[in-house]
Amino acid sequence: MSLKGQGLQNWFAVRWSAFLLSFFTMALWEIAVRVFDVKPEHFPGVIQVLRGLWELIRDGRLLDYIVASLFRVTWGYLLAVALAVPLGIFLGTKPFWRRAVNPVIQFLRPISPLAWIPIALLWFGIGDNPAIFLIFLAVFFPMVVFTTSGVAGINPTYLYAASNFGITGHELYSRVIFQAALPEIITGLRITLGTAWLVIVAAEMIAVKNGLGYLIVDARNSLRMDQVIGGMLVIGCIGLLLDNLVRQLERLPSVRWKRLKQ
Amino acid sequence: MNQAIASSQPLNKVEICGLYKVYEETSSVAASGLMSDRHVLTDLNFAVPARSFTCFLGPSGCGKSTLLRIIAGFDTPSRGEVFVDGEAVHGPNPRHIFVFQDDGLFPWLTAQENIELGVRNIKDKEKRLELVLEYLEMVGLKGFGDYYPHELSGGMRRRAEVARALIANPDILFMDEPFGALDFVTRLQMREEMLNVHAMFPTTILFITHDIDEAIQLADQIVLFTERPTRVKEVLSLDYPHPRDFTKGELAVLRRHIYRTMGVHAAL
Repeated sequence: MSLKGQGLQNWFAVRWSAFLLSFFTMALWEIAVRVFDVKPEHFPGVIQVLRGLWELIRDGRLLDYIVASLFRVTWGYLLAVALAVPLGIFLGTKPFWRRAVNPVIQFLRPISPLAWIPIALLWFGIGDNPAIFLIFLAVFFPMVVFTTSGVAGINPTYLYAASNFGITGHELYSRVIFQAALPEIITGLRITLGTAWLVIVAAEMIAVKNGLGYLIVDARNSLRMDQVIGGMLVIGCIGLLLDNLVRQLERLPSVRWKRLKQ
Repeated sequence: MNQAIASSQPLNKVEICGLYKVYEETSSVAASGLMSDRHVLTDLNFAVPARSFTCFLGPSGCGKSTLLRIIAGFDTPSRGEVFVDGEAVHGPNPRHIFVFQDDGLFPWLTAQENIELGVRNIKDKEKRLELVLEYLEMVGLKGFGDYYPHELSGGMRRRAEVARALIANPDILFMDEPFGALDFVTRLQMREEMLNVHAMFPTTILFITHDIDEAIQLADQIVLFTERPTRVKEVLSLDYPHPRDFTKGELAVLRRHIYRTMGVHAAL
């Protein structure tokens, strides 16, 4: 049996046990709710939660809400990444500016994006924009930090080699600096996408009338605990999918070297 | 030590004149306490004959790498000058190629793409590819062009980097302990291949090592350095045919002499 075959077998084993584990957890949940006779308004069983979700799927609300949430995350995330990566590359290559700007970023970074909600509402009113703004904040600062440290930590040998072969100007940035920092940029992309998804739900509890965050608040107000938990399940599943999506980037052959070196 | 820098000799490729390197006390290297000496290189004067294989031999941390980086134009001397072909060095040059101590290949490019960097100036894509394949084959990496550096062995990576350097048709080849990280046998093989390379491409090679036997087997000229603050202790000329057996005759005497000079009294 080749090593590759074993790897594939292993992959199936891992997937299969993950599936079984979640199935058993749900079964245990349903049994516990029935055995201890928990009131549905406190904690509904799996079957009731799935029924509540089916209701949301049938009247089309679930799909609408998922699309609305993903739309806001996509815009806030892309906008933040598009600005943060160039800024990070700039700061990473210019020690003077890094030292000047770093305190400001480190000061703004630990402020939870949720603390910006009042300002977001004041500046952007009601609708998608305040939510997009909050996502932007949640992604922008960490992404600048990841990119900056990735670029500042480039092995100087690569820069020597680049100048030796006459790679200068925009080519130095696109073919060497960006590539050398890419593994860390991708780690940043993965972590901040998780943060963005975390923040969107909270943001939608306040500023908007649709989205998965709104679903949870709305369900609670109408005392539908089954739909509250159903909403949580959907949020978790989408989070998992997003993470898997970005993880694919880490598998790119031109990126894997960093992980193998450590 | 000034006898070596007669600039009237047109055969000298590189000339080092009164070169000093002093690290500022505020630099991170000095502050780390690892290198408490501020003076790294002190009044170096010597010349490297054109097309020679010159080895820099000296104790670890004596500043050989710093010197090589200065000659290659990556670093600047605090005082003194480096002349290549009679012209002062100001910055790196695509004709002066450096092979690095640790992997200088770009890990995000395949072996073939890395070697292609050496012929960036050739615009014709097909001609470029043809050359790259030729050099891949020459260093024994035929069929490995699409491999990324982390998929190759240490020896193959060194070969790929040497190919990337040679394909650029360098005027000077700088090698900073290029085989230091390899296992013993691979190291000996690479030594042999370097001699073949130098026979095929008679370019000037500046080669750092702290392995005395490696220097004796490879060099046309050995520059011996002292410990810090680093000075040139001796410049030795080795006009012997290859392959060399350093256990017999004049070479054995020379080898004992170098060992003694470097503070080892029982040459093994």
